[in-house]
This record gives sequence, structure tokens and C-alpha cells, in this order.
Amino acid sequence: MSNIYAVTGNEAVANALRQINPDVCAAYPITPQTDLMQRFASFVSDGLVDTEMILVESEHSAMSACVGASAAGGRAVTATSGPGLALMWEILFVASGMRLPILMPVVNRSLSAPLNIHGDHSDAMGARDSGWVQLWSENAQEAYDNTVQALLIAEHMDIRLPIMVCLDGFIISHSIERVEYLDDDIVKNFVGTYKPQNPLLDIQHPKSIGPLILPDLYTEYKRTQHEAMSKVKNIVLKTADDFAKISGRKYSLFETYRLDDAEIGIVILNSAAGTTKDVIDIYREKGIKVGLLKPRLFRPFPYEEIRETLQHLKALCVLDRCDSFGAFGPLYTEIASSLYLSENKPIMINKIYGLGGRDYMPEHAKIVIEELIEIANTGKVKLFKDYLGVRE
Amino acid sequence: MKLKGWKEITPGAVILEAGSSAEFKTGSWRAYKPVWIKENCIQCLFCWLYCPDMAIKVKDGKREEFDYDYCKGCGICALECPGKKGKKAIVMEEEGN
Amino acid sequence: MATPLSLKELSKKEILLSSGHRMCSGCGAPIVVKMVLLAADYPVIACSSTGCLEVSTCISHYTAWKIPWIHSAFENAAATLSGVETMYKSLKKQGKLNDDIKFIAFCGDGGTYDIGFQSLSGAMERGHDMLYICYDNGAYMNTGIQRSSATPLGADTTTCPAGTVIPGKQQQRKDLTKIMADHGIPYVAQASISNWSDLMKKVRKALEIKGPKFMNILAPCNRGWRSRNDDAVMLSRLAVETCYWPLYEIENGDIKITFKPKEKKPLNEFLKTQGRFRHLFSPENEWLLKKSQEDIDRNWERLLREEACVLGGQPAETTEADQ
Repeated sequence: MSNIYAVTGNEAVANALRQINPDVCAAYPITPQTDLMQRFASFVSDGLVDTEMILVESEHSAMSACVGASAAGGRAVTATSGPGLALMWEILFVASGMRLPILMPVVNRSLSAPLNIHGDHSDAMGARDSGWVQLWSENAQEAYDNTVQALLIAEHMDIRLPIMVCLDGFIISHSIERVEYLDDDIVKNFVGTYKPQNPLLDIQHPKSIGPLILPDLYTEYKRTQHEAMSKVKNIVLKTADDFAKISGRKYSLFETYRLDDAEIGIVILNSAAGTTKDVIDIYREKGIKVGLLKPRLFRPFPYEEIRETLQHLKALCVLDRCDSFGAFGPLYTEIASSLYLSENKPIMINKIYGLGGRDYMPEHAKIVIEELIEIANTGKVKLFKDYLGVRE
Repeated sequence: MKLKGWKEITPGAVILEAGSSAEFKTGSWRAYKPVWIKENCIQCLFCWLYCPDMAIKVKDGKREEFDYDYCKGCGICALECPGKKGKKAIVMEEEGN
Repeated sequence: MATPLSLKELSKKEILLSSGHRMCSGCGAPIVVKMVLLAADYPVIACSSTGCLEVSTCISHYTAWKIPWIHSAFENAAATLSGVETMYKSLKKQGKLNDDIKFIAFCGDGGTYDIGFQSLSGAMERGHDMLYICYDNGAYMNTGIQRSSATPLGADTTTCPAGTVIPGKQQQRKDLTKIMADHGIPYVAQASISNWSDLMKKVRKALEIKGPKFMNILAPCNRGWRSRNDDAVMLSRLAVETCYWPLYEIENGDIKITFKPKEKKPLNEFLKTQGRFRHLFSPENEWLLKKSQEDIDRNWERLLREEACVLGGQPAETTEADQ
């Protein structure tokens, strides 16, 4: 029987969660994630999973319930979008500080005001310093594959950190694409059984979780989180290798497209990478040496590997699907940090695009490439940071 | 006490030893000290029950001496003590006298 | 077999809150925890919201808890504990766990009446098998005695100080116990450490009932109430005898008053022992004392009426819990 289906991103991720079969799932509706948890709830109602659902009264409680459930000693998952992630913000740090390997698909959405339910990256970028591992996904297939791989990274005994799998709201969550699923048994074996660490439910060994820590020790606990994060890269690569063996699909810390001999380049996250690749092909046919880098692991950020990959370029544009008002976009800042230690670094510009679900069209990629060609030729930059596709 | 380095602490700040606060002696907080007058004690155990600091030792259902390692000297035990024939079995005395 | 509710027998049990915690001298909150844990004859997992009890019982590598305990934040103890309880349910269903465990939250009034109210309401509505206990000291004591919605009328706090124009808190307390009863959960009770046997019976009854339970227990704070270090139990007793803090339970919607003072004492007897109410005894604030007494009387009469209603219009039987 074929494992190829025409499904939405939400459907694909919900199916991955079904195959993972978590012990507890907390859910609260928020567009565009709602449909993901609705689908998962039907798996619970139909007895296809062992999961107990907690239908909480807010995202704040969703993350709090996941903290309790994970600390208790089992697999806990939830999913959210935009304002829901913002409401969870305080508890995201609790989850990572307690070293709880909670899995959370984030169906990326903008933040109010003005109210907007559509896709951009303001939500997950706002949570980038929360101590969670972040995997980003271009399409439904990647969202499915990342979800299957996520727990192996989060639950690794050297890591024990919560993990977000990001996918673009509506553009991916609600569009039907071709997705190849793995067999249930294969995913079950791949994910393996959960190994609890200091579970609260072990009443023979009572533990206290969540103490007050004063300045004499707080820094040491934060240092342990830094240490765990420093080991994530290798575990992500190892997991990707193992995943390739069961799926034939290869993943890394980031994806490159026609970048090796490129003179100008674009860095872009998630769904807009696909559109950009098409436009790159058009320019390549014209003899323009342009390429692309699409980060997959955003936290921890693979600075060295990205430096090695981008430092040969003459000009580079980083496109951010959210703004850090009064500063460069968050992705730009990371890429700039990567390249700082390089002697011959490209000239870098930053474009803010696609906010609140604004379509990113091929002509937007063309504008960027034309500007990069000019910068590469003249060495002159008009504006280092600008909005793309905005009406005057 | 030597403070632990980051490689020596439990990830996630989990405390594995239950009741470890017993290492922390709160008796030094005391300004007033409860004194048990055994002959006035009817073993009602209200002092044991109401003590917020678990600082009254009991054995076989009977109270014994105060645990001055932890007693903060609040005086709840003395106030609640019914005593015997109007004579309190616990009185408070100023520390250091 | 449950331990008999005699102090002699109870004193043979290990108290599952250890000495060496850093609550203030004479604080009522650890007495609440101690009595609740003494009453429970089951393995218990506890959860606290951020607050005095939490920071004082679990700091650095010192924990006063001899049972599994978790704290995650201020406003989410009910949600956190619902996660623990649900994981328990899931693992038990899957045959990965056999223990029979009870789940108890211990949270202050700020974390219960105010910032944690949504989380509490949600957890109760969802029907988690847990007992949520509020130790109510009537203000944000941990941050330095700020007004909460549990602060009584007229009280002087650091955010509603008794000034020359505004004499302390201008609003009545929120009647949280009643609000919790209106959630339609199987068991709600109000208790006091002065009536220890009544308190323990309520805890035991609550733990035998499956589903969400709520108990509100008065926990005097001598710092915030500006009273003596030794009067936590005495003030609790006065609160009960003045009907400031009536003792009752609501089981499946039916109210039962578990203690009726033979002679209801004037509220002033409770108020005058506390510095937070001192300004009320100035002639210009007499109206506040009068209003406070009227509020207490009205509430007590309402409880009596509701109980009489349950008893089918018959006068309520007088019961007196152990002192």
C-alpha cells in the first residue's frame, strides 16, 4: 500500500503525533493551529492512541499542564500559534529551565495589534531565547518529518530540552500537499519508549521540583542549559542520519540550494524558500550565480557551519518574516553574527517580508536578486534594512 | 560550605533528597524560648499539633523536649497550652537570659 | 485503615513537612499544610503556586517536603497539577503505574483568588481528581502585604494603605468558597486550624471523593495582620467564633455548617487584635466597622438559610466541632 497522501500541514503533523502516541496532550484552540488538535482529538476519541487529553482553558494552562505532565514522568505534547505562544511565554522558560522534553508544533502566526490570524514568524522568533530547541519546516513533508525526529532530540539524555517544530500558518497548515508517511510501526520503533528522568510520580523517591534559586546558584543552572544546547547540533545530525535510514529523506542543520558556486545568496526560512528556489532557477538560466540557504535548526543556531557555507558570497540578503522593531530582523542578526569572524564576508542586507500572511511572490524574490546583483557589482547599499512588498 | 559548580548540580534544579531542609537550623531566629514544665503537662499534644516548625519531639504518643534546633520561638504552643489546674506547662523566656 | 483522629495516634505518624523551612515565626500556613498531610492516609503529590509557602519550603537544595512536590509559577498551580494528575491517569491506564496517589495543591490567596483564578476554575471544570487548598492570609504577603481580592474591607495594606482620605481597602472580600461551590464540583469546604478535627475530617472526606475538590483554610499572617507571633490559632478561633470565617462544607451542592458558635462574638473582637484594622477604631471610620459587621451578619444569615433549605425547612441541628 502506498504511503503517499494529499494532506494539509496540520493533518500531517497530527498524524505524526498519532504515530508518536504521547501519554498526555494539552490543547487549546487558536487559528491556524486549531485544526491540528481537532484532528488529534479525533484520534483520541476513536481510541487510536493511548493519550489522555487535557482540554485546558488557555494556552498558558496548556503549557503549565505540559510542565506538570512531563515532570510527572511521561511524554507531553501541545501545539499553538501566534498569540497562544505569546501567552505561554513565561511557562516556556519554566519548561526549559526544568529540562522537560515537551514537544510543541508551532503553526506560525502574527501577533496583535492589529489583530491578524495569518502566518508570519513573530511568534516563534519572540520565543527564540526561551531555551527551546527550534526546528523550522518548509512544507508539510518537512513538518511531518521534523515532528517525528523532534522527540529523539528533545529526550536525548544529554539534552532533555523542550522542542518546537515550526510551520507556516495557513500557507502550510491549511494547504494540501503531497506527503509521504512512514509506517506506524517504523515511527513507533524510531521514537522508542520514554525514559523518564527524576519523575514526580515515583513516590518511593520523593523529589522537589521547582525550587527558589538565589544568585549563588542561578547562573550555574543556566550554564547547564547552555551546555545542553551546545550538544543539540550533533544529536540533530545523528537523528537526521537515523531518519534517512528509515525514510530515505536527508536532513541537516540547514538546507542549501545552488549555493556552492554562488556569488549572491538569499537566506530565508520556511515556506517562502520554495518560491525563492524557483526564482533562483530562472536567474541561474540567465547565468546569474545565485543560491539559497534555508535554516532548519534555529535554536541552537549553527553559527560555524553557516559561516563556512556563506562566507564566499559577495552579497547576501536575509529575509525575515517578522520585524524586530528598531533593529535588524532576528534571522539577519544571527547570520551577521555567523559571518562576523569571517575575513571576506559578503555585504548583507535585510528585508522584512510576508507579515500577517502577506503573500511572498516570485516578483519579491526577483526584486531581491536584482538588488543583490547591483550590490555585488557596485559594492554600494541603499538601505541595509527595508520592507519588501509594502505599499508607500 | 563550598558552593557547587555547574557540573555538580542536578539538571532542572530537581532536589532529590526529601526533607533536606532539616539541614537548615532555624533555632537561631528565636528571641523568646519556650520552656516545658513537665509537671504541668497533661499530654494534650496541642503544642505538637500547632507548632508551625515541627519543633516538638514526640515518642509513643507523648510529647518530649522541644527541638531547639528548629523552634523559632513564636509562642503559639505556650498560648494554646491548657496546662494543669491553671498552671501552664509551657512558658516563654527571653533568649540569652 | 485510616489513622484515628486522636492527637495521640496522629502524633505517631511522620509529619511530611520537615523542620527547617523558612516561614516566619508563628505563620499559620505551615500549620495548614501539616494538618492536611497528617489527615491524609494516602501517598500525596503536592503542587504550590509561587508565594510564601513555596519560597520558604523549597529554596536552593533545601526542601521541607517529604512528598513529591512541584512548583512551576504563580498563576498556574491548578493547571500544573492537572498535568501531573493526567499523566498519572494515562500511565495507570496503560498499566505503567500501580500506586494509588492523591493530588493536593497548596496555594495562597493571591495565587488562588486573583492571578490563578482562571487556572483553578478551568481545572475544577475539567474534573481533575485533585484537592485544591487555598491558605488564605488575605493579601500578597510574600511581596510585602499588598491588597488581594481576599483582603477584608477596611484592611490596611501596602497598596491600600489607611490614609487620611482613604481608610484602607474599600471593597469587600471576594467570597471564593461560594464561587467554587457554584462550579458544581462535588466538594467544597471552609476550615480553620483552630478547629483541627473539623479540618482533618474535611480533608479526609475530600480525599475519598473522586473529582475536583476545593478547601479554603484561613492562615493568619502576623506580619501582614500586624498581630502577635503567638496568635495564629487564637485569631483563627476568633475568626470562627465571630463568623468572619464560618466553617461549612458543600457536598454535591448541599451545604452543612460544621460549627455554630453558641454565642456569635462581635466582629470587633477579631478586628481589634490586628494592627491592619487599628484605624477602623477611630470615630471617623466607625461606619466601616458597622458595614463590616453587617456584611458578616448577612453572610452568616445567608448560610443558615441555605442550610435550613437543605434540611427541608427544619431548623438546622447544632453541631460543634472539636476545638
